[in-house]
Amino acid sequence: MLKIENLHVRVAGRDILQGLTLDVKAGEVHAIMGPNGAGKSTLANVLAGREGYEITEGSVTFEGHNLLEREPEQRAADGLFLAFQYPVEIPGVNNTYFLRSALNAQRKARGEPELDSMQFLKRVREKLAVLHLDDKLLQRGVNEGFSGGEKKRNEIFQLAVLQPKLAILDETDSGLDIDALKTVAEGVNALRSKERAFIVITHYQRLLDYIRPDVVHVLADGRIIESGGPELALQLEEHGYAWIKDRIAPEIAA
Amino acid sequence: MSALLDSLAADFKGDASRRASLEAALREGLPHARSEAWKYTSLRALERRTFIPASHIAIEIDPALLAAIHAPRLVFVNGRYDAARSDLSGLPAGVELHPLSHALAAGNAGASSSPERRFGRADEVFAHLNAALADDGVLVRIGAGVQAGTPLQLVFVGASNGDDAAWHSRHLIELRPGAALTVVEHHIAGGEHAHLGNALTQVHLAADSVLTHARIQDEAPRATLFTRTDAVLARNAHYRRIDLELGAGLSRHELNVRLEGEGATLNANGVLLATGKRHLDTRLGIEHLARDTSCDLLWRGLGAGLSRAVFHGGITISKGADGSDANLSNKNLLLSDNAEIDTQPVLEIHADEVKAAHGATVGQLDPTAMFYLRSRGLPAADARQLLTAAFCREVVNTVESDDLRETLAIALDRALDTQGSS
Repeated sequence: MLKIENLHVRVAGRDILQGLTLDVKAGEVHAIMGPNGAGKSTLANVLAGREGYEITEGSVTFEGHNLLEREPEQRAADGLFLAFQYPVEIPGVNNTYFLRSALNAQRKARGEPELDSMQFLKRVREKLAVLHLDDKLLQRGVNEGFSGGEKKRNEIFQLAVLQPKLAILDETDSGLDIDALKTVAEGVNALRSKERAFIVITHYQRLLDYIRPDVVHVLADGRIIESGGPELALQLEEHGYAWIKDRIAPEIAA
Repeated sequence: MSALLDSLAADFKGDASRRASLEAALREGLPHARSEAWKYTSLRALERRTFIPASHIAIEIDPALLAAIHAPRLVFVNGRYDAARSDLSGLPAGVELHPLSHALAAGNAGASSSPERRFGRADEVFAHLNAALADDGVLVRIGAGVQAGTPLQLVFVGASNGDDAAWHSRHLIELRPGAALTVVEHHIAGGEHAHLGNALTQVHLAADSVLTHARIQDEAPRATLFTRTDAVLARNAHYRRIDLELGAGLSRHELNVRLEGEGATLNANGVLLATGKRHLDTRLGIEHLARDTSCDLLWRGLGAGLSRAVFHGGITISKGADGSDANLSNKNLLLSDNAEIDTQPVLEIHADEVKAAHGATVGQLDPTAMFYLRSRGLPAADARQLLTAAFCREVVNTVESDDLRETLAIALDRALDTQGSS
């Protein structure tokens, strides 16, 4: 589904990603862990098409397209979704209106019929219940006056409504208390399927207690330095990132 | 002398008092580029143009333009009262609503006293011209304590009839003590034209009266409009004003409000939608003259294409106007490298224990918000449109009445849809 090969990315003159390679198949959940500054959010933003990132080397294909040539909205229509680390407040743009416009814009781009308001509301109600979101929030501006937890739940709610093929969660656990974390995880788990893949980016192992990954990758210094099963996350939690870097570094040097 | 003033003066038929106004206008001439109040609005191109007086001949306009505007309504086409298209049914009891032309024909002294008002300030050539030449307009009076539930709709249609025409309209809105009224002005393009309209509105709000006054300016892209509103507020009077500047080629609006009575309150909000080659200039002159008066001014401007938006927010808190409260916010979005926005908040305080705040900014659409919307699948043009509309709608959302808010939102959305941000 997603194939990243030898990706090098420069931001403001600094090389952040330095040869990242990753292969994600339908139905898989990949966790990407790493210390601050390793390039985790850069990876998420580059995949979603944010401006300000210079790709100096490498390739990314998603569903057969050269992803890096696509506009952000085309990537969304192709089935890529990014849950933001810091969801944006947009006062004056109604949540429901925005989400319906976005969904229908995607459907239109894919040549699918648009949903009418009845069909749309039906889908919204189903998903709201899973995420324990108050439907009053939907009448407000996008994320306007939402608490930190509400913003993160709204991201997962959008994910649920838009039903992408690949969802990237960028530190969705940051700033969440344990109850909110469980709710978000439930929302994500309800969406797991054979057709859908997830990339879960996190600094802490905690989220992975609730969203069980198939593969865990460690990202440090701009590349993936180790991959393993869920147990790798536990080892990291126990020993810290310094441990793995020390352990891996000699191999890279060799 | 300018070709413009000569052509406007050619039609003069008034009495001695009006002649004095005309002479003042001719003596003063058009504002200089040096004039502070006209610094950002050059009249050099206009100066060379000529206009004929707007005719009384009936002009065809598309009935659909008026379909959504309910009675009671007065309709003016090219500044002339149009009885056939007006509809006074449902006029609330206690409200007088007349075209000025009828009052003048009947020799109504109360009506004619308003055009005779003197103007002493410099750069008031259009007010002088108005005093000399205005022969139609709207007179609204509402009796003490009358709470008019139904809004009055005043419709001004500019329509093509060959030559470029000019008209001068004079309006008077007077609320007696404790009265409440809503007035909605619609300035509509009834086709392509390049006319000139010069309107002067006097608003008198007696103690404890409340006037909600909306103005939707959506004139033709080559129309020229000079608009001036002079309002005087007595004790605890409340003036709620909203202006949507969505159309015209050149639209200059001066809104002068004197808060003369203790506790008088002004809310004046507006949107300047400068797209295409439009030049919009709004100039507020708010004077706090009594204790505990307040003003709250929320303005949003948009500069796209080759347009220019000019905003001047002048607030003076005079000696003795202690305990007054003034707030001005003017935020602008510059959407094109070829557009220009000039904003100038000016606050003068001569009183004690005053609360005053003002802020003016010019910025671009937030790239983070743009990316967020696009990452959800909205094409860039749609995302830009959505953010721009939200930016402008903040002003419309301040309107309490659901019906009026809806009317304004529809006008704003339509303007944004048809003009986009180009």
